[in-house]
Formats: sequence, C-alpha cells, structure tokens
Amino acid sequence: MRDIRLLDQIFIPGSLIGPFTQANPGLGGVCTFVGEVRADDGVEALELTHYAPLTLPGMHQLADSAFARFDLMGLLMVHRIGMMRPGEPIVCVSAAALHRRDAIDAVDFCMDHLKSAAWFWKREKRADGWRWIEPRVQDHRDLARW
Amino acid sequence: MRVKGIGIVFLGKLADLAGAGALVVDGPLDWPGLLARLPEPLAEAAQDPRNRVAVNGALLADKAALQAAAGDEIALLPPVSGG
Repeated sequence: MRDIRLLDQIFIPGSLIGPFTQANPGLGGVCTFVGEVRADDGVEALELTHYAPLTLPGMHQLADSAFARFDLMGLLMVHRIGMMRPGEPIVCVSAAALHRRDAIDAVDFCMDHLKSAAWFWKREKRADGWRWIEPRVQDHRDLARW
Repeated sequence: MRVKGIGIVFLGKLADLAGAGALVVDGPLDWPGLLARLPEPLAEAAQDPRNRVAVNGALLADKAALQAAAGDEIALLPPVSGG
C-alpha cells in the first residue's frame, strides 16, 4: 500500500496511520515518524511553499527509492504545505514491513531525504517579521548517511 | 489575437527578491535572453550555481542550454530549506 500526499490543511496523523496499518495485512512491523512545527523561541508561524511540477513527483521518486532499497509492504508519506503554527504536524512517514529493520530504516531514509532534498521552502514568522530558513550543514550530513 | 507568453516562477526568497511569485514575458527565450529580461538582482541570483532552473518541471543540468517558447514555464529554484 502506497500513499504519498501533499496536504494544505491541518491533519491528524492517527487518522492516517490506523487505516494505513489496516491496509497492510500480515505485516510484521510498522514504524511511524511524525514531525511537528517546533515552538522555537518566538516562532509564531511556519509557512511551507512548494513547486507543484517538482515537489510531489520528487516525493514519488523518493518512495520508489525506498521500495527499491528496503523490503517494504507499504509506505505512507504525507507532507504539509501552507501556513502552520507550532505544535501542528508537518510530516508523517509510516512504513510497513515483514521485519522491523526495513520499516525503521525506510522511515529514517525518507525523513533524511525529505528534510534535505525535497522541494520545500520554509519561512518562519517572529515578532519582527518573516525570515527564510537556509539549508544547514547537518542536512547534508544526514543525506550522506545513505 | 492574444499571444501567450512564458511564465517565470520564483520560489522561496527569490519571490521576495522579485516582489512577486511570477511574471510573464514574451518568447522565445534562451539563457542570455532570460538574464536580459530579469531585473538585475534576479539575473544575478539566476546565475548563482546554488540556484537551479527548471523548464516545465524538468531541472536543467546546464542552465546555458535553456530554451523556452510561448506556453512554457521557467522556475528559478533556490536551495531547499533544511530541518
């Protein structure tokens, strides 16, 4: 079962993970990561922009790579776009497999690539206005793990 | 008859630099032509190797090879934000 989506409205991860798990009967393990907007000092809002011709196709290519690399039964990859507030879920990746290692590693792999290589641009709002978030060295290190 | 132009889309902070998310210019357009149409700060940004260029959703390996005609969409893409 493969479910790759961009959402422009707030979502409840549990409402996706339950049906995803049900859709993979016979699984041996399911691993889920949910990322939320951090309440970093003074951050009032986070806005994610994307570029439709690249962003979702890029997520599908990432899913293809995950299926090729790990022994998976299913993969759920959901990413928010638009305006979010601290505490709101921004990403949810869930992998179902016969064995735990494939599920855990697939989620880690997808998250490192989503964070460093997916076509999203983020800016955060503080009291003094909006500021674009620049790439970090750590993101490239995360990618180099794979 | 209305001639359809080439859409140029600016992503991330390049949209701030452009003062708009997109503009439309007449085609056809090659790389020097695009640079000539862009306001100076954007022309500079377009040439920055960290910023990528896509035509109709396909990333260009070599920006200088850009060819766009009426109805095409050019995107200027700064590096994506990290975590």
